[in-house]
Amino acid sequence: MKTDDLVSLLASGIEPIDARQILRRYVLAITGGILGALAITGGILHFNRTLSHEVLEPMFWIRGAYCAALGSLGLAAIARLARPGIRLGVVPAGIGAVVIAMWIFAALILLTAPAQDRAHLLLGTTAAVCPFLIALVAAPLFVAFVWVLRGQAPTRLRPAGAAGGFAAGAFGALAYSLHCPELTAPFIGVWYLLGMLIPTVIGASLGPRLLRW
Amino acid sequence: MQLMEERLRSLLVRGLVGDASAYRLFLGELTAHLRSFLRRRMSRLPEETEDLVQELLLAIHNQRHTYDPEQPLTAWVQAIARYKLIDLLRRRSRTDGLNDPLEDDDEFFAVVDTEPAEARYDLAKLLQQLPDRQRLPILYVKIEGCSVADAAKRIGMSESAVKVGIHRGLKALALKIRSIA
Repeated sequence: MKTDDLVSLLASGIEPIDARQILRRYVLAITGGILGALAITGGILHFNRTLSHEVLEPMFWIRGAYCAALGSLGLAAIARLARPGIRLGVVPAGIGAVVIAMWIFAALILLTAPAQDRAHLLLGTTAAVCPFLIALVAAPLFVAFVWVLRGQAPTRLRPAGAAGGFAAGAFGALAYSLHCPELTAPFIGVWYLLGMLIPTVIGASLGPRLLRW
Repeated sequence: MQLMEERLRSLLVRGLVGDASAYRLFLGELTAHLRSFLRRRMSRLPEETEDLVQELLLAIHNQRHTYDPEQPLTAWVQAIARYKLIDLLRRRSRTDGLNDPLEDDDEFFAVVDTEPAEARYDLAKLLQQLPDRQRLPILYVKIEGCSVADAAKRIGMSESAVKVGIHRGLKALALKIRSIA
């Protein structure tokens, strides 16, 4: 076929592009993904029975803000990597800043605590399962964010997959925190982060296959 | 060159709101830049350049909703062009045709190659492989130039089904071209 004929074919009878089309996909994905994550947290695990007391603890909200901030930064990374030719800019630095802030907070807690309490502050009672449960809760969000990316045109497939996995992990951790009994900064700084990194690594490794177009 | 960027960007932006003649000009002028961009990077695969030019035009058309009018057009176009070029070379696992695809080209809109050209595959034959719900909308609206409403009547589909058929059909064509190229 002549290239000129293809140009005519593509240009004829075009419809206006609806700029809200991409936004709608984000809204659907976030809503569906979070509902799915809550369903796993409440259905397969269970909501923390002491939640009504925990919401009075500042640490409950710090933990939630930490997850929500990382999730939002993950979404910002998705939004940039989903469009051709847009740089990540300050997003990775923002993620680093949030993580380091939690580590500094965790270090202060550990340094000021009596030596015999430190292991418990770091490990709580659920360290062995926490990252895997976060990854499990993140699964519906992972599917939702891959769907968002597939609706656009990522050109760097591994970073895009990683961004999708990271955002899923962070919002998954937010949902999981309604089950999780751990409220110490060292625990959240280590095990929550590991939980977010599991879907990140999965996203980076599956990205080239899932997101190719 | 800045002028060319501005001109093409404004043509594309008009195309995005449905101005077909501006969009036709955009694709036509872009083709010459794409061809030149690819010729310089595929010097060892000259016979495949035009195939990729067309694959790129389809990709750019199918992904035009990802263009942000605030963004430099060069960056958007080159990111797609580079992605598709690397994809082609990976498919071949023949990286020797690659000169320096990772470098952005400051001169993108300064160079053109307008030699009329033809790709090796036959789009009409590929179109035949699509299901009717995609093939007929493309045939009537995109090739014969019917309005969406007329095409909907002729096929007996709703107008939105015609639009969806065109959209999915062009995506399916892009996949078919990729798998044979």
